[in-house]
Amino acid sequence: MTSSIRFFGLLGLAFLVFAVLLLAFGKNPLKAYVDIFSSTLGSTYGFSEILVKMIPLTLTAVAVAVPSRIWLINVGGEGQLYIGALFATWGALTLSTLPAWILLPFISVLGVLGGGLWGSISGILRAKGWVSETISTLLLNYVAILLVNFFVFGPWKDLESANYPQTAEFVNAATLPSFAGTRVHAGFVFPLAVLILFYFVLSRTRWGLEMRAIGGNPEAARRSGIPINGYITLLIFIGGGLAGLAGMIEVSAIQGRLRPSLSPGYGFIGFLISWMAGGNPLGIVAAAFLLAIVTAGGDILQMAHGLPGSAVNILNALILFVVLSRQGGKGGVK
Amino acid sequence: MANDHVDLEINSGEVHALLGENGAGKSTLMKILYGFYRADSGEIRLKGQPVQIRSPHDAKRLRIGMVFQDFTLIPAMTVAENISLFLPSLPVVLNKGGMIGQIEEISKRFDLQVDPSAPVWQLSVGEKQKAEVLKLLLADAQILILDEPTRSLAPHEVEGLFRVFAQLRRDGYAVVFITHKLKEVLACADRITVMRRGQVSGTLNASEATEEGLVSLMFGKRFSESPRGPGESSQKNLQPLLELKQVSTPVEGQTTGLKEINFTILPGEIVGVAGVSGNGQKELGDVILGLQKCDTGAKYLWGQDATHWSVARIRSSGVAFIPEDPLGMAVVAGLTVKENMALSNIRRYARQGGVSMDWELVEDDIEQSLALLGFEIPSLDKPAGALSGGNLQRMILAQEMARNPKLILAFYPTRGLDVQSAIAARELFRRSRSKGAGVLLISEDLEELFVLSDRLVVLFRGRIAGTGTPHDLSINDVGYLMTGSKGEHGPNK
Repeated sequence: MTSSIRFFGLLGLAFLVFAVLLLAFGKNPLKAYVDIFSSTLGSTYGFSEILVKMIPLTLTAVAVAVPSRIWLINVGGEGQLYIGALFATWGALTLSTLPAWILLPFISVLGVLGGGLWGSISGILRAKGWVSETISTLLLNYVAILLVNFFVFGPWKDLESANYPQTAEFVNAATLPSFAGTRVHAGFVFPLAVLILFYFVLSRTRWGLEMRAIGGNPEAARRSGIPINGYITLLIFIGGGLAGLAGMIEVSAIQGRLRPSLSPGYGFIGFLISWMAGGNPLGIVAAAFLLAIVTAGGDILQMAHGLPGSAVNILNALILFVVLSRQGGKGGVK
Repeated sequence: MANDHVDLEINSGEVHALLGENGAGKSTLMKILYGFYRADSGEIRLKGQPVQIRSPHDAKRLRIGMVFQDFTLIPAMTVAENISLFLPSLPVVLNKGGMIGQIEEISKRFDLQVDPSAPVWQLSVGEKQKAEVLKLLLADAQILILDEPTRSLAPHEVEGLFRVFAQLRRDGYAVVFITHKLKEVLACADRITVMRRGQVSGTLNASEATEEGLVSLMFGKRFSESPRGPGESSQKNLQPLLELKQVSTPVEGQTTGLKEINFTILPGEIVGVAGVSGNGQKELGDVILGLQKCDTGAKYLWGQDATHWSVARIRSSGVAFIPEDPLGMAVVAGLTVKENMALSNIRRYARQGGVSMDWELVEDDIEQSLALLGFEIPSLDKPAGALSGGNLQRMILAQEMARNPKLILAFYPTRGLDVQSAIAARELFRRSRSKGAGVLLISEDLEELFVLSDRLVVLFRGRIAGTGTPHDLSINDVGYLMTGSKGEHGPNK
């Protein structure tokens, strides 16, 4: 109880510090906050935009939460999302003649596979004891984004797009359908299913028990014969796969094609959400809701208040401090 | 109680050895003297004046210095830099040349040759030790305390250290060193204080000391004769449960490598392993469990070559493990007693391949096992970390015995148990033996080893220093073997 009071107190502090910054820029912080919340929570469209942002954010948050059960730090959600999008795009462009009921599941699998394999680079390096997964996932983000740029500017560039760096538009069969008049799309079933499965596996199954054992005491887990290195590799694969799935969803439902500016930092915000929620499934939904508002509100700050679009990242960074102050000093898998 | 009304007197110009088993309270006593711990009662006098030593800082001021078992040098810095850091009055602008000159002068005088400008990470263990001693001398310490200085030194380095001690004695320093090796004590100490169970069991001059006398002071006169009758398991031609053949393990850092270990455990046999801890017991357990790969040699379980089996395979084939440090090695503190139990034999409790767990079976098993042992645990749904040390040990015993193991590896199984539970645990090993299981019992309690074991193996520096039945071996023989004073020989079976 006291810890949650402290948590919300610190969260309030983050908003307060950001308000001071807004003041320093000569903006009215109160008005800015009112605008952020009223533009998102105040209208059907605004609310639907929150849901649109929650879909990838929930997935990238679980992508961090899964490996974090055994104290692996996956900072590579952004890169895994890009590679998932890359794989899915390949499927959508080359197999565009397939019917939707085959093509959509197929590119979803490709998205998972892409993100998962990308994550596995770090997973295997970690399981061998060569490189810390924190470092390698972080650095591979940049490689992944550049790799997507290579395809978008090079071999996959759409010749009809007047030299814009983007691929050709997806066929309808590769597009997740959206609901009347909004951008909310069928992709919402993925985070829902993933959250339920995550909760179930963790609390009910043998694998959840083994993961909690590794997280709780790796020495004891080793001595009871739990394959720790196997779990390291597998959980980073799953985490990467979920971020990759978010990438597939973004290209298929929102962008309709692969572009360099695919994600406004969903991978990083997902990291924030996961640690805010302490890896708890319901907490992830709540934190994703809050940060979806902040992310959507960033556009408002840009449009109505003349602030740079990245100003909202300052608020995100302040929230990260809140999270770190709560998590402070937890150990890792030795 | 770590120290119980201890009296100790140290004179200048003497080398004083503090001798005792592990856990006898030697290090605690010295840490009190160095200001690391504080005594509940009693006083410390320096040159007749009572003094207060509240912190290592106070100790340094009073010219008391200590070298810890794990050195406190900073690897990336040079010897001279490390020593400068330690000096009480370090000038703002360092005079490197002067420092190096001073170090060289002192190191010549005391035969402590170390290159002052070498970075510490390049030094051997012996050289690091010398650097530590130099550090104290340059900081003007008059009383030097060394905690097991010879633990990881090669024999010639040990001799070198003793020459340094002799030089220090000549110059009027007081040297106190902690050890449990008899030979060293007799080789270099002027006076010897023996500790046992937190108390001083005797102080004597080196000239009066004999190995026999010291051994009986260290281990007590509890065992004038071997208390155990002949083992029931003198059956031959049985298939060994476990067989190690010429097993060696690599030496990494300060760990002890096993060297050419050969031994077997037969069904219905308790094999006791005696030794001062840190002489290869942990490695022996790790090798058997499959956590540590053999460098050379082979391991057979139930007659099959198990050298390359995984931990999971070894455990599920019927090996139980009772660790020396349950919270560190065997228990997940955040999980409940039941969840820990389920982990220990997860294949038995997993349903539909792992999608769900049979918690009722888990509960039945642990309750049955507890009842069989006569133990009680307050709640099975509490996190294991909330249990007391004794309850934790009971939980481990119940959990491991529920698997009906064929081979039990028990590390200090009765440490932390009250007398009744300890008796129950011992009874348990006897019962397992009569049911045909094998037990490897590693203990520091020689009494326990002599009472329970059919056969004793003594480990010293990763080697088997001797084996025999409690009948052929006397407590003194084991004491000699444990402390390395009779080298490699000893009564063999």
